Amino acid sequence: MSDLPSVVVGSASGAAVGDYVQILKPRVMSLVVFTGLVGLVLAPGHLHPVLAGVAVLCIAVAAGASGAINMWYDRDIDAVMRRTAARPLPAGRMMAGEALGFGCVLAVWSVALMALAVNWVAAALLALTIGFYVFVYTIWLKRRTPQNIVIGGAAGAFPPLIGWAAVTGDIGWGGLALFGIIFFWTPPHFWALSLYRAGEYERAGVPMLPVVSGPRETKRQMLLYTLVLWPVTLAPWALGVAGPVYAACAAVLSLVFTGCSVRVWRDETDRSARQMFQFSLLYLFLIFCLLLLDHAGGGRW
Amino acid sequence: MAGDFRDERERTLRARNRALLFVLLGLVALFYVIAIVRMSGG
Repeated sequence: MSDLPSVVVGSASGAAVGDYVQILKPRVMSLVVFTGLVGLVLAPGHLHPVLAGVAVLCIAVAAGASGAINMWYDRDIDAVMRRTAARPLPAGRMMAGEALGFGCVLAVWSVALMALAVNWVAAALLALTIGFYVFVYTIWLKRRTPQNIVIGGAAGAFPPLIGWAAVTGDIGWGGLALFGIIFFWTPPHFWALSLYRAGEYERAGVPMLPVVSGPRETKRQMLLYTLVLWPVTLAPWALGVAGPVYAACAAVLSLVFTGCSVRVWRDETDRSARQMFQFSLLYLFLIFCLLLLDHAGGGRW
Repeated sequence: MAGDFRDERERTLRARNRALLFVLLGLVALFYVIAIVRMSGG
């Protein structure tokens, strides 16, 4: 009888509401929602505010669904890594099937609602994003190649493009520019994290770049990506989506981001990598904030 | 011990059911609003 709690905790009824929220990866979701919202605001044209809200909701739910399916598939390696061991699945608070079912229901629901309420292009992009994250990144690339987050990072770059398509009904150059910013930002962001978590990734058998090629090569590639981000973050200005003040501020931010990468290159400890990871989050947030502010100012800045 | 655990489990279930109810009610309201907006040409 004393064994009862440990047996039932792992059953379907053990998961609390908070566990269901946790498997949606709310922190990742918040960044996805924000970038999707910026794509929606910057796109030329008009979308009824209620439908714009629905589009953002669908993007958020789809991101959560992808996160839940990812946690279902990665529950074995999550249990090995300290950063993820307390998640509901490895901690035994939720059954694997519950997470998978929850994720699949939300994925279908978000795509269907986007198609019915907004348009088919945005819905197709949303379905592509979920499929890319689950099948291409999680199942195919993550455990096979150190380029996992380079290619898989595209999934995280889709939300502004979806927001753009929700308004215009097609894929515009402006939306692609926003896609490019997140796509080229993802590798230095994740490699900064994996530099100081390399041991955990190695134990879990995930071939992150620092594990496979070592910190030196990782730092070199991080620096290259931060340099590529210079022209990429200026693309919205070149395309007429943003004004010159945005361009100037984006250039300063990219300079600081590159500076972080140079510090990581020179530093043999984990300290600068941790700082770069933190700054990378702020960098992306500020770039998209600047785009929003520029738009609010009528692009005259 | 088992009684405490059963109470805890019932509390969890009640909270989940309440959350599900709110989600379903939210969906009904959302579909209602979407239908009005779409029919008004939004």
